[in-house]
Amino acid sequence: MNWKRKDVLGLQNLSVEEIEIILDTAVSMKEVLGRTIKKVPALRGRTVVTLFYEPSTRTRTSFELAAKYLSADSVNLSASTSSVVKGETLKDTARTLAAMGADVVVLRHPMAGAPNLLAETIPAAVINAGDGTHEHPTQALLDMFTVREKLGKLAGLNVAIIGDILHSRVARSNIWGFTKMGARVRICGPATMIPASIETMGVEVCTGIEEALEGADVVMMLRIQLERQQQGLFPSLQEYTRLFGLNRQRLALARPGALVMHPGPINRGVEISPEVADGVNSVITEQVTNGVAVRMALLYLLGGGGIPVA
Amino acid sequence: MHKLLLKGGLVVDPAAGEIFPADILIEKGKIAAIGQDLEASEGTVIDVGGRLVSPGLIDMHVHFREPGFEAKETIATGSRAAARGGFTAVACMPNTDPVADNRAVISYIRARAEQAGLIKVYPVAALTRGSRGEELTEMADLKEAGAVAFSDDGRPVSSAAVMRRAMQYARMVGLPVISHCEEPTLSAGGVMHEGYMSTVLGLPGIPAAAEEIMVARDIILSEHTGCPLHIAHVSTAGSVRLIREAKARGVPVTAEVTPHHFTLTDRAVAGYNTSAKVNPPLRTEEDVAALKEALADGTIDVIATDHAPHTVEEKDVEFQLAPFGMVGLETAVGLVWTELVIPGVLSPVEAIRKLTVNPARILGLQDGVIRVGADADITIIDPGLTEVVDPSTFASKGRNSPFSGKKLQGLPVATIVRGRLVYDRGLLAVT
Repeated sequence: MNWKRKDVLGLQNLSVEEIEIILDTAVSMKEVLGRTIKKVPALRGRTVVTLFYEPSTRTRTSFELAAKYLSADSVNLSASTSSVVKGETLKDTARTLAAMGADVVVLRHPMAGAPNLLAETIPAAVINAGDGTHEHPTQALLDMFTVREKLGKLAGLNVAIIGDILHSRVARSNIWGFTKMGARVRICGPATMIPASIETMGVEVCTGIEEALEGADVVMMLRIQLERQQQGLFPSLQEYTRLFGLNRQRLALARPGALVMHPGPINRGVEISPEVADGVNSVITEQVTNGVAVRMALLYLLGGGGIPVA
Repeated sequence: MHKLLLKGGLVVDPAAGEIFPADILIEKGKIAAIGQDLEASEGTVIDVGGRLVSPGLIDMHVHFREPGFEAKETIATGSRAAARGGFTAVACMPNTDPVADNRAVISYIRARAEQAGLIKVYPVAALTRGSRGEELTEMADLKEAGAVAFSDDGRPVSSAAVMRRAMQYARMVGLPVISHCEEPTLSAGGVMHEGYMSTVLGLPGIPAAAEEIMVARDIILSEHTGCPLHIAHVSTAGSVRLIREAKARGVPVTAEVTPHHFTLTDRAVAGYNTSAKVNPPLRTEEDVAALKEALADGTIDVIATDHAPHTVEEKDVEFQLAPFGMVGLETAVGLVWTELVIPGVLSPVEAIRKLTVNPARILGLQDGVIRVGADADITIIDPGLTEVVDPSTFASKGRNSPFSGKKLQGLPVATIVRGRLVYDRGLLAVT
């Protein structure tokens, strides 16, 4: 292992080698998760702070458990967005945490680039747990981990990402990650939710979901938020489902054994039909388990864990 | 009264389009003589040493923040920055607190400029009360108080009906309207140019159409009302096309571009660099190319900085929370030379024209010329002098420059206002 990077802020700047190190490390971590006593002393005496400026039960819990399984001390700090605007600046909050001895700060923030600001301010390692519509690197890493575990490889696969690409940090991180690893990525969604010049990121933009699903090895559905309808980005959930919802008929266009993924939480019957969400192709619950393993890997690599896991 | 003789310079006459070697004798703040081998029996002699002697540069778009935002800039510090940047006159925008929408604020600005005593500060008054885009300001009274134009810069008038009335009224009063063109429902929430970079950075974008729609609207209203319209800080190729077409049709429209828009693209935002956050946003390479072409063919009349100082604390935050704007006075000449004159986009005379006579003509000023009897407002430029931009050396309170570390060639070395040396870089022999 040869890990040098202080922070993980996004997949845009990670190398193929770095991604492989993370995924390989996560394999060992997943093995730990399978034990009866799933705790190793790797980060004993280290402190992990999760600093969340957005509500998120699943990502925060995942990081918190990951820290605990590695024997790190973990503290959760939830701040409301209003305090970002009115109170202490993010940089000052970060300096305070660093001064208290945090070794790793996990940041979730509604504004793109906030983790970059944090990382350049403090000596502690910073992990981006989702910043605005920029990146969500741990989600993409757990998605890649899941695909690699299930299909044995990433290179050469056809990955379809479907939904609100414009507001999706998950889509951006997955596009960087999967294209770096040699997969072909297609995106599809309402024309109002396809960001400007996204094809320059190396993806193919499909107008219809059928075109996107054709021969796909991985189908990644994104959550559609009702507030986007109020913003006038699509007319109704009914029409959204009709055009972009994944159901059994449509899934048949993908390769047999294609993986169906979703970063959660799911809108059952909207972007994905219940039979597909719960069907044999779905790896949605395994994504959650793998999320803990991948986050353990990152905490271990960035937290300077000297004690071997195995 | 003190006499000042500028010996051995290359005098730039942008109105005539000439550069010629001559001495200039200044008496009582006015130009007394222009000619060969002038002698001064008394007073100060400055050896210009073959550098360019330009009419004093005019920046028709600055934000001096006073009254109301003195932590960002004051009229005194802004004046020092202007003098250091080679500007002898500026037009300052009315988005102060209170807004410059009444005689008292205009008078206050002029009094503070008088106290600062460095450069000429021409106030631009608000087009609508409080720049709220609803009721007209007392334009005749504001003109009498010293306003040179009307603008709701920074808070563009969204109602076409209000804009139409304002332009009809401004035309009657006899002053131009300066329009910051931005369609607010399209730009809402946006913090940078909408394009590949905004997609990658995950930042809300401001599409080029947000500017172009308003450029089109205001051109139509200018044509309809006959009111002279000046388009501030043009940033897109589409705006350039609209202005070019309107000018060809004889619409009384003029336009300006900022040094940052003809130099930088949205790539400068990479890494969430808040120094590159500006409105209108930095656009693409195609836009920069179109802006340069428009400068060369005369579609764009003026180079203005949109000098917009902010405190370090205000800019040292998440990108979306940082205010728009960058300082520009102290890098403008260097950028004009480095990006336009040296690469041959503009000749020295053409470049100086866009910094002197053109803004003077639009604002109805007597400045911007070197002529016997005119105010002795002069900028001496050394076209060979280089420096690396270091914001910590700025006279402005603002440090928010995206050009930190950039090497510039072609710099102002002395600034003279009404015969008084208000900035001297220390390179000229003064006896």
